[in-house]
Amino acid sequence: MESTRRGMGELLTDPDPDKAREFFRTQKKRAAVPKVTTVKEAVSRFVHDRDYLAIGGFGANRVPVAVCHEIVRQRRRNLGFLGHTSTHDFQILAAGEVFDRCDVAYVVGLEARGLSPNARRYLESGRVKCTENSNYGLALRIKAAAMGVPFLPGRSMMGTGTFDRSPCIQSTCPFTGQTLTLHPAIYPDVAAIHVHEADPLGNCRVRGISVADFELARASKRLIITCERLVSTDVIRQDPTATVIPFYLVDAVCEVPYGSYPGCMAYEYFSDEEHLREWLNAEKDPERLKAFLDRNIFGVADFNEYLALNGGVARMAHLRRKELLVQAAQE
Amino acid sequence: MAAYTVTEMMICAAARILEDGATVAVGTGVPCAAAMLAQKTHAPNLVILFEAGGVSPILPEMPISVGDSRTIFKAAMASGMAEVMETCQRGMVDYCFLGGAQIDMFGNLNSTIIGPYEKPTVRLPGSGGANDFASFAWRTMVITPQDKRRFTNTMDFVTSPGFLKGGRSREEAGLPRGTGPYRVITNMAIMDFEPESRRMRVVSLHPGVTFDDVQASCGFELLRAGSLDVTPSPDAPTLGILRDEVDKYRYVIGK
Repeated sequence: MESTRRGMGELLTDPDPDKAREFFRTQKKRAAVPKVTTVKEAVSRFVHDRDYLAIGGFGANRVPVAVCHEIVRQRRRNLGFLGHTSTHDFQILAAGEVFDRCDVAYVVGLEARGLSPNARRYLESGRVKCTENSNYGLALRIKAAAMGVPFLPGRSMMGTGTFDRSPCIQSTCPFTGQTLTLHPAIYPDVAAIHVHEADPLGNCRVRGISVADFELARASKRLIITCERLVSTDVIRQDPTATVIPFYLVDAVCEVPYGSYPGCMAYEYFSDEEHLREWLNAEKDPERLKAFLDRNIFGVADFNEYLALNGGVARMAHLRRKELLVQAAQE
Repeated sequence: MAAYTVTEMMICAAARILEDGATVAVGTGVPCAAAMLAQKTHAPNLVILFEAGGVSPILPEMPISVGDSRTIFKAAMASGMAEVMETCQRGMVDYCFLGGAQIDMFGNLNSTIIGPYEKPTVRLPGSGGANDFASFAWRTMVITPQDKRRFTNTMDFVTSPGFLKGGRSREEAGLPRGTGPYRVITNMAIMDFEPESRRMRVVSLHPGVTFDDVQASCGFELLRAGSLDVTPSPDAPTLGILRDEVDKYRYVIGK
């Protein structure tokens, strides 16, 4: 294909599929062995300074919050980040100042809840190198990696600043002569995805929307799964149609009930809007934010302590009712 | 005549445009309220799509996120980002709804930054799915309050494509044929785009508003349709549905 135009955004990851193949051949353990561990151990082993990180889910929906907290608690630094509609996860990671470069499609905002004052300050400080992308563009970049190809074409972004600040290339289709935007593959060093059920080997089941997680699981060099419930491998093998992420993609499995809190988990519990508002309010003043983080992240040993601090079982039961009673009206 | 707010006026005006059986991609807030209102009034077979994967839900209440579990309530399918965007890219989505911090006379939108890119005054979320929807949907609808700062000639950033530089420039840039901004619905008026220049043109004034009022709240020169309609006021039954069923917690109309 003839290259016609190049975005000026920097490539933050290497799109070369042969290098990824080499990694998957030599360094990805594909054995069907139990991988159950703690979030603390998983982050310690699989998330390193300077890694390029991706977080599954959709901002505050089915998002692995415990992993985000642990990355902050362990004070990872100089990460790259995949900002594919990243809202509460971005808020947590920006508060920990763990990344210094970011492929942006949607960050800083929390949709209808407003903008994160601290994430804004962090990006406006000039300390984070950004590229611009669209959500579909990033979905294609992840999908390209999952397919093992260096790029995928799409028909958006032409003529805009989003393209100009992207690492994409515009080219002419060799079949039709139409203009295409070529989105380079992203192979994240590590990704974390929260699911409904997983077995100890890492076979996963997800209900509700998938966002780009099935592709992300396949694109990532290392993958941490957190799950609402562990189930036995027998359960998985009785209904293989339900498996959406197979064991050989997974490096760690952590059972984290209410693991998307304060976000929503479809068919399990709804988002805790009051706690999300508390986060946003605390961010208005850096001193208050520091106290908030000390209390909720640095001052607790793990995610269970964080849940206990914010209403514990009674609060979770309330959010569960909020989700299930609306869904029950569907029956 | 029933009393109503400008937000209610914008929602009702947008809902009226959505015909039964149409496919529409929406975000949260005012666009979602418009789609829900249409679904509960004249367009029960409206197909609503959310970019995170929700396809054809029957919304029980306003979602807070385009990925929360309300977006798959009684849905036909819970899918993913690529599925929904590719449905748009294939040409199967009639409408999308967008907003932005800035819009120009060709309907280009900015939701990325205010100020220079390298050192922004305000960092906004970025495209999200907006650039894709604006590229792929047959008709892009923009709902936004208007003032001189938001409706501007000097865009700090073009996040999502309107008619780019006007004329044929959108097609020449390679965006899919026959797509582009369709209506802009503000607190004062409804605009379309003049077919040759692709410049924004006032076609309907909300009750009590003059063309000069609209021009005075706009940072660029607006075109004026040959005959200007008056946007119908929302009727009492429609307002009742909006307040009691669509947005009973006043997430959108309460603001």
